[in-house]
Amino acid sequence: MHLMTAADVKGAVDVRHLAVGYDGREILHDVSLAVTGGEVVAILGANGSGKSTLIRTILGLVPAARGEIDLFGTAQRKFRDWARVGYVPQRLGAGSGVPATVGEVVASGRLARRGIFRPAGAADKAAVQAALRDVGLLDRIGDPVSTLSGGQQQRTLIARALAGRPDLLVLDEPTAGVDAASQEAFAAALGRFAAGGGTILLVAHELGPLRPLIDRAVVVHEGRIAHEGIPPEPAGHHADPDHDHVHPHAALEKAAICEWAPADRMTAG
Amino acid sequence: MDLFQYDFMIRALIGALVIGLAAPALGIYLVQRRLSLIGDGIGHVALTGVGVGLLLHHSPVISAVIVSALGAVGIELIRQRGRTSGDLALALLFYGGIAGGVVLVGLSDDSSNANLMQYLFGSLITTSPQDVVIIVALGAAVLITMTVFRPALFAVCNDEEYAKVSGLPVRTLNLLMAVTTAVTVTIAMRTVGLLLVSALMVVPVAAAQQVTRGFRSTMALAMLIGLGAAGVGVAVSAEVDTAPGATTVIIALAAFVAIAAGGGAVRALRRRAQHPREVEPPDVVLQG
Repeated sequence: MHLMTAADVKGAVDVRHLAVGYDGREILHDVSLAVTGGEVVAILGANGSGKSTLIRTILGLVPAARGEIDLFGTAQRKFRDWARVGYVPQRLGAGSGVPATVGEVVASGRLARRGIFRPAGAADKAAVQAALRDVGLLDRIGDPVSTLSGGQQQRTLIARALAGRPDLLVLDEPTAGVDAASQEAFAAALGRFAAGGGTILLVAHELGPLRPLIDRAVVVHEGRIAHEGIPPEPAGHHADPDHDHVHPHAALEKAAICEWAPADRMTAG
Repeated sequence: MDLFQYDFMIRALIGALVIGLAAPALGIYLVQRRLSLIGDGIGHVALTGVGVGLLLHHSPVISAVIVSALGAVGIELIRQRGRTSGDLALALLFYGGIAGGVVLVGLSDDSSNANLMQYLFGSLITTSPQDVVIIVALGAAVLITMTVFRPALFAVCNDEEYAKVSGLPVRTLNLLMAVTTAVTVTIAMRTVGLLLVSALMVVPVAAAQQVTRGFRSTMALAMLIGLGAAGVGVAVSAEVDTAPGATTVIIALAAFVAIAAGGGAVRALRRRAQHPREVEPPDVVLQG
């Protein structure tokens, strides 16, 4: 796992002049972003700012219109070592018409490592258990995921990504709508991953308990990177369910960050 | 039972048991993906294949496998491409399939309503030894594919985007599923008929998941229910002289009702007996 070569330290993710569009409408314009090995980077932005599109394009789920993406020094098109990347989507996939246990869902995270032809072995089982222990859900391994709370389901998804022992974790709004206890467990698991040398790229609306982990925040506004630097300090009422994102007291250096905030209520996508 | 002295009854039973096992093993992935009715659609397309076979005086089973596999791949490609018009495109394919089948069977030398009914609702008793060999071989292939690739197919059906990011050959696995569905539909055509094929893929899964907790256990129980329903269905239909396909489906549905009712009763009793489990506080929504 987190064995760093010189190339890794240079760049886990390198995005240059990326443009992305759906149905003729451009969502991202000329975005460049570099994440070095071991770094924890948060992509912040309002709904519809294009922040989720950015990571989905990095992962190859959305095609890029222009620009280049490198993963661990290899062009994304040619990148095959997907076991090094652990993806944590916003929520459990839609296809859940049939019951599945927590252990079964997390075991999917091993497929990138072992391939589709080899059956699960002892190492796979051990990795699944270790990942579930890491997020505090080992006692639920045999329970159907549908019986878990939203926060526990989210922790199941991070366990699935961790089970593959990735070098880079990419998380799409991991704490959106997650209860406080699960957010803490989530933050702790991510902290251990980062401490082990892992690289994290996450999209967030609110950082919450993840904030102390973040080395660098990138603010996406209207499809461009509007700000890059240390994560913005949340105001006291920021964590309130109904906070309105008005910051008359904001210091000058934070003005750029808060600029995007009023667009918060827009739901362009 | 005396009936099973006859070779044709033995063949009927073997064919039914193979399909009873294979259909739910495949159907579970379709149900998981919320595509429960896809088998029905491919069944419609397979009828065109039957028509082609009868018209060209070739084995209808082989031409049905080919045409329905092409149809299934077409449906899968439509599904991968656009999402908005997929529903409509599927409808066009389905009705084109059944209309084409009825017209082609009508044009063939052997055009009779009885012949058409044989494919629409199954005709287990007329299964030839050659048919049984095909059913057993293809059924075994379906079973092996569904079991060997279970983790990968589960991952794809459970969360396709995650599977893509894991580097799994998602497109190939989807096409494999499509072709396997077509094969299963065609071999089940002899047992339950094209109009009831989907029932054997879906009903045992629906019954099993009333009481199971995991995917693997659901698959195992669904296959057991499918096997049981097929076996009992053939025996009962021979005894009381009903259509074997329809009888099998009714028995599977009865199993669903019984398991759903039984499972519900057990859960209610358990809930009353147990102290309520400690639950996490409801999720706090952090943004508006």
